[in-house]
Amino acid sequence: MRELREMKATWIIAVFGILFTLAGPSVLELFTIITLAQVIGLSILALSLALVWGFGGILCFGQTAFFGLGAYAYVIAAINFGGSSWAILVAMLVAAAFAAILGYFVFYGRVSDVYLAVITLTVTLILYSLIRRTSGPEYKIGNALLGGFNGISAPPLNYPWDASAFLFPEQVFYVAMLALIIAYVFCSWLVRTHFGRVCVAIRENEDRAELLAYDTRLYKLGIFTVGAAIAGLGGIFFCIGVSRVTPDVFSLPQSALTIIWVIVGGRGTLIGPILATFALYYLTSALGSQSVLNTNLVLGTILIIFVLGVPKGVVPAISDLMQSRRGRKALRARERRLQRRRPSSTHNATTTEGAE
Amino acid sequence: MKRKAHTVLETRGLSMHFGGVHAVDRVDFTLRENELRCLIGPNGAGKSTFFKCLTGQLNPTAGDVVIRDVHVAGREPHEVASLGVGIKTQVPNVFDGLTVEENIWTAARRWHNAKRAQTLTSDAIERLKLGDIRSTLVGNLAHGQRQWVELGMVIAAEPWLVLLDEPTAGMTHEETARTADLIREINHSATIIVVEHDMQFVRSISQHVTLFHEGAIMMEGTMEEISSDPRAREVYLGSKA
Ligand SMILES: Nc1ncnc2c1ncn2[C@@H]1O[C@H](COP(=O)(O)OP(=O)(O)O)[C@@H](O)[C@H]1O
Ligand SMILES: [Mg+2]
Repeated sequence: MRELREMKATWIIAVFGILFTLAGPSVLELFTIITLAQVIGLSILALSLALVWGFGGILCFGQTAFFGLGAYAYVIAAINFGGSSWAILVAMLVAAAFAAILGYFVFYGRVSDVYLAVITLTVTLILYSLIRRTSGPEYKIGNALLGGFNGISAPPLNYPWDASAFLFPEQVFYVAMLALIIAYVFCSWLVRTHFGRVCVAIRENEDRAELLAYDTRLYKLGIFTVGAAIAGLGGIFFCIGVSRVTPDVFSLPQSALTIIWVIVGGRGTLIGPILATFALYYLTSALGSQSVLNTNLVLGTILIIFVLGVPKGVVPAISDLMQSRRGRKALRARERRLQRRRPSSTHNATTTEGAE
Repeated sequence: MKRKAHTVLETRGLSMHFGGVHAVDRVDFTLRENELRCLIGPNGAGKSTFFKCLTGQLNPTAGDVVIRDVHVAGREPHEVASLGVGIKTQVPNVFDGLTVEENIWTAARRWHNAKRAQTLTSDAIERLKLGDIRSTLVGNLAHGQRQWVELGMVIAAEPWLVLLDEPTAGMTHEETARTADLIREINHSATIIVVEHDMQFVRSISQHVTLFHEGAIMMEGTMEEISSDPRAREVYLGSKA
């Protein structure tokens, strides 16, 4: 398959991910390993928005709706099934199904980008206030009490289809990292397939894609739904990491943070938002342990700096820099070669070659 | 004897009104297979609006559009394009963030498997002499080059019906001449409608011309017939002189 061969950078990053996974438990403290599961969950959420917004061009301000639904669906299913294996699948399916229904109305109704952002955010906030109101004993799904604003405690991961054998924190870390790496490689492959390329084309110019006989509604619905399933996967590891799911997964700050991760990491890349999630998470917790600077103020400042100063985000900015450097180097090398060959017409030759 | 070519596109009573503006008004238009038809007319005559009704970009106020026995008025643009219709709009309409090659590949891949799409893409790039800029982002190209990329997208999809709205706008003389050659070439395998301003260009490519005026077809015939008609001269040619 052509796509897999084009993914050199992806494989390299995946190898780094695997090395980090293997080395992690022996170099990091147990406490860090435990909290890492939730950060990994959040980074999968960022990855899903990177796919939907960065590549699909769908400005989804409520990606956390699917993240939260995934988390709740996992917990409820795991409690009812008495095991986590099928619950993972259920969680992703619930998130995807919800997105498919919402997306159907939004895309087939040809709702404009701005309204889409508003609608998705509103849906998230509606879920937030609905779930918060489920405190009584009458709010239960099967054996799972929804628990209102206190949420539900999350059953731990167990060995595949052996509900009595729970995973140790290191093992949860391995599984979470594996999920992140697989999700990342999958997204990277997806954006290189015909489907993914059409999604990117639609991001660039939806009218043109229509005139090339692509049913753009279907493609947008497709990438939106896939993104939701991935966000749901993130929700699973997040709630396992904090060992609890609360309505806060649907809260406005969580939605805003997700958007910040993607803006800082860079739209149009997949690894950028993942790394930004890790970096900003640890920055936030470092800030939280001191009292000089207000955390939100710092985050706000970072966002403003990025929107104004590095609008493409960190990773694209760095790769642009490397590319222009490489380009200049190549140009200089070419100049030298030409000088050697025909010293008199150097200037002329380089200007025409520059058009390449 | 060649059998008489049959109708591949027809409009009946096609109207597009914007409030009080009758941009297209009860147009009956017929196009036969393998024709190369030019639409001419002064600015604001309704040519682009007429085009958009054919392509599904606009939902006509009244009337019908039939393409190869399919009623398409009010259908989505992708449904019309799916019939095998290649479209170039008046304003350059490309994927700015993609390279020249990716733009054209996206068009070809809709109809063909990956391998064939790559071949068609390379062919189109060669035919349009875009080789030097194949890896350049289309957003960084000059207006004329973007027009070529759009033409490349049209031919790479191998449509049987081609609708071109002012394909030579912003092109140099030389580029216009090349476009004329290209259009004649496409005409070997496709039926074409071209909206054009440049009289010389129209003369060089078309036997049959439709003159639009105030949303209606004022006259149809050869360029000679139109340029010798006093009324048509006044509407169009006169206004240019
Ligand atoms: N979307 C629109 N809304 C209102 N009026 C329009 C719209 N599109 C075109 N018109 C009007 O319809 C008439 C025909 O325009 P157009 O089809 O672009 O002409 P042409 O392509 O022949 O120059 C003009 O008077 C124009 O102002
Ligand atoms: Mg026009």
